[in-house]
Amino acid sequence: LRMLTPGIVISPAQAVEKIPAGASLLIGGFLGVGTPHRLIDELVRQERRDLIVIANDTARPNHGIGKLIDKRLVAKVIVSHIGTNPETQRQVMRGELIAELCPQGTLAERIRAGGHGLGGVLTPTGVGTMAAEGKQTIEIDGQSFLLERPIRADFALIAAHRADYSGNLAYFLTSRNFNPIMAMAGKTVIAEPAEIVPVGVIAPDEVVTPHVLVDYIVAREGRHG
Amino acid sequence: MDSKTIIAKRVARELRQDYLVNLGIGLPTLVARYLPRDVEVFFQSENGIIGMAPLPEAGMEDEFLTDAGGDHIGAIPGACSFDSCLSFGIIRGGHLDVTVLGGLEVDEQGRLANWIIPGKMVPGMGGAMDLVAGAKKVIVAMTHMAKSGPKIVTECKLPVTAQRRVDLVVTDLAVIQPTREGLLLLELAPGVTPTQVISATAARLLVPANVPEMAISD
Repeated sequence: LRMLTPGIVISPAQAVEKIPAGASLLIGGFLGVGTPHRLIDELVRQERRDLIVIANDTARPNHGIGKLIDKRLVAKVIVSHIGTNPETQRQVMRGELIAELCPQGTLAERIRAGGHGLGGVLTPTGVGTMAAEGKQTIEIDGQSFLLERPIRADFALIAAHRADYSGNLAYFLTSRNFNPIMAMAGKTVIAEPAEIVPVGVIAPDEVVTPHVLVDYIVAREGRHG
Repeated sequence: MDSKTIIAKRVARELRQDYLVNLGIGLPTLVARYLPRDVEVFFQSENGIIGMAPLPEAGMEDEFLTDAGGDHIGAIPGACSFDSCLSFGIIRGGHLDVTVLGGLEVDEQGRLANWIIPGKMVPGMGGAMDLVAGAKKVIVAMTHMAKSGPKIVTECKLPVTAQRRVDLVVTDLAVIQPTREGLLLLELAPGVTPTQVISATAARLLVPANVPEMAISD
């Protein structure tokens, strides 16, 4: 029975040990809200380099994904904006970091397409702009759409409000954002919940990410005394 | 009244009962302050909520309840939260009545540029391209001039956000409606003459014989 599978709950250190240098990572969050902060701290501690990060943004210096940028652990980002992080902009301008900018709704749909087994999505967003460069424009019923390719990654690092011990996940307010979409599109999915509850506590209708998608849950910090 | 207040007050008059509205970061956010008393609208934030409200009071911040600028917000009863796909489905799918966005340039074709200054500033488009592509009505709220000169130009030099013609441009000097024929001067800010607007604009303006003043009293 899945709920009794040993080894699904692991420490942040054990989780990051599974991530090799150069890995592609889908990282949840919006300006650090709904971002798996403990996993990021551990990526920094273990100095995982040459990472490819797919996320909405790079938050701010010394915050969320910004910490990976500060330590120059990232080779490439695929994000919708970097305006809140001057350090990301600096590295991009100097050619030290590759940034592929993707409209936010398109980014969400590309990840969804990857996770849902689709060959891509057709979107009106970006037609006739710089975002269309190198992409196929397809006309359907007289309207132009861009063909946007699916995104998958080696790992999805997810922040959830709650997990049960089988891996079912529920989210809270605006910290949901990209998390459930990314949980579909990582080959290995590691979730960092704010709390872990017994199986059955999260009612079926409240489960947003089904446990079958989640490979590991990051344990809460040990508490003593 | 300062420039931003003039712009925010005038944009607020475009909002109608029960509209679903998305306000961009910065100047557009001010619009919420000047909503007419008899009009109730719903505010969407693209990070995943409909029904956002100002933070009720200091000390009520919730770390998991923020707007698209990362600032703490409140929520009205009946608010709902959702993931980024649904949020942009609402935007792109024609369910959003109005988006109000800042601008770097608007041109004679009514095209907006607001996401990049190549070689200088690379903030990225965030949700702007989806918002301009998908909202039923696109309002640009910006100062008429930049330090470097006019922002309303013959043709955008900066990369455009979309090919779509925006519906209304509200500045501290004027309200301009991009039409198929060109940029129509609809209204003037209090005390501003058509000549002033023309000299602050680097595009051809269609100027009717009588241009009324913006209604932004109180």
